[in-house]
Amino acid sequence: MRFLGFIIVCLTGALLLYGTGEFPDWGDPNSPASIHLSDHYIEKAVEETQVPNLVTAVLADYRGFDTMFETAVVFCAGLACFLLLRDFSQKKERFYRHTPTGVILHVKDSKKILKVGKEFEHMDKDWVPSDLIIKTVCRILIPFIQIYAMYVVAHGDFSPGGGFQGGVIFGSSLILLAISYDLKTLVRRVKEKVFGIFAALGVLIYVGIGVICMFMGGNFLDYSRLAPLVPGDPHHIRALGMLGVEIGVGIAVTAAMAIIYINIVSEGRHDEGL
Amino acid sequence: MHWPIDLIVLTFVIFCAIAAISVKDLLGTAILFGAYSFMMCLLWAVMGAVDVAFTEASVGAGVSTVFFVAAVFRTSRRTKD
Repeated sequence: MRFLGFIIVCLTGALLLYGTGEFPDWGDPNSPASIHLSDHYIEKAVEETQVPNLVTAVLADYRGFDTMFETAVVFCAGLACFLLLRDFSQKKERFYRHTPTGVILHVKDSKKILKVGKEFEHMDKDWVPSDLIIKTVCRILIPFIQIYAMYVVAHGDFSPGGGFQGGVIFGSSLILLAISYDLKTLVRRVKEKVFGIFAALGVLIYVGIGVICMFMGGNFLDYSRLAPLVPGDPHHIRALGMLGVEIGVGIAVTAAMAIIYINIVSEGRHDEGL
Repeated sequence: MHWPIDLIVLTFVIFCAIAAISVKDLLGTAILFGAYSFMMCLLWAVMGAVDVAFTEASVGAGVSTVFFVAAVFRTSRRTKD
């Protein structure tokens, strides 16, 4: 069976390599990709959308409908992780630490719940003492990562970046908090419900902007129709519409990343993680 | 002398890909996937697709490595085949 699989892989690989021979050269001006639409995008995009970054103009404006469903896919990934992994049953045995003395209690009775506060604190089963240096460095670093993430979202019109990248960076700052402290810190700071609502809200912002455009008498996601609603230069309305859409994408991706991480690392129990 | 940097990076990509499927330790595989994604990110940057490189760096090398490590943490570290 292994031998058969190896032969199939080799044959498919050879077929693919044979197929690449027919490809146009890299950057060939006569390739089909460069003669139909690219010219229009390169020559007219800045004029039509007032956005200097062509990639953002294509992603969020010309192909806005496509990007909307990409956001929906990320949302569905978070939803699937939640539905498959979330486990609402409480774990039977728990570990507590008596903070003043450092004594560790192992509670096997599932009904006995100690009050966590000044005296006792929760402990993971495979607990490592939290390192002061790591905690301090991460505490200082996380705000800067989050500001950078917002910059990436807001500056996506002018430089590389946008909603997906910014959202992922913001989500990884939350994951860094969960790794450097513990998972409970993140779950306590931001409730599970909030993540769920934000994931849906991000997609809703995207779709909402499209629907508002329809109500203003244009096509779905035709940002130029938003001009009467927003004060300022009407020429920049497409850039502003794209910014709104990117913010929606960023919110959805942030929440989806956090949901996926929390559910995977704690097997859906949201109690202890890496 | 002009360095063929894309060829060097492409060699690293292929090495990382082969290593990732042949290593028995799944934690090592997760890290090798991270290295693979980072090399792909460099390759995109060499080709001038900075947006794609940015996405690859944040999603491929950053967050998906964390997801792999988290999944390995909750399953087994050794692979059977």
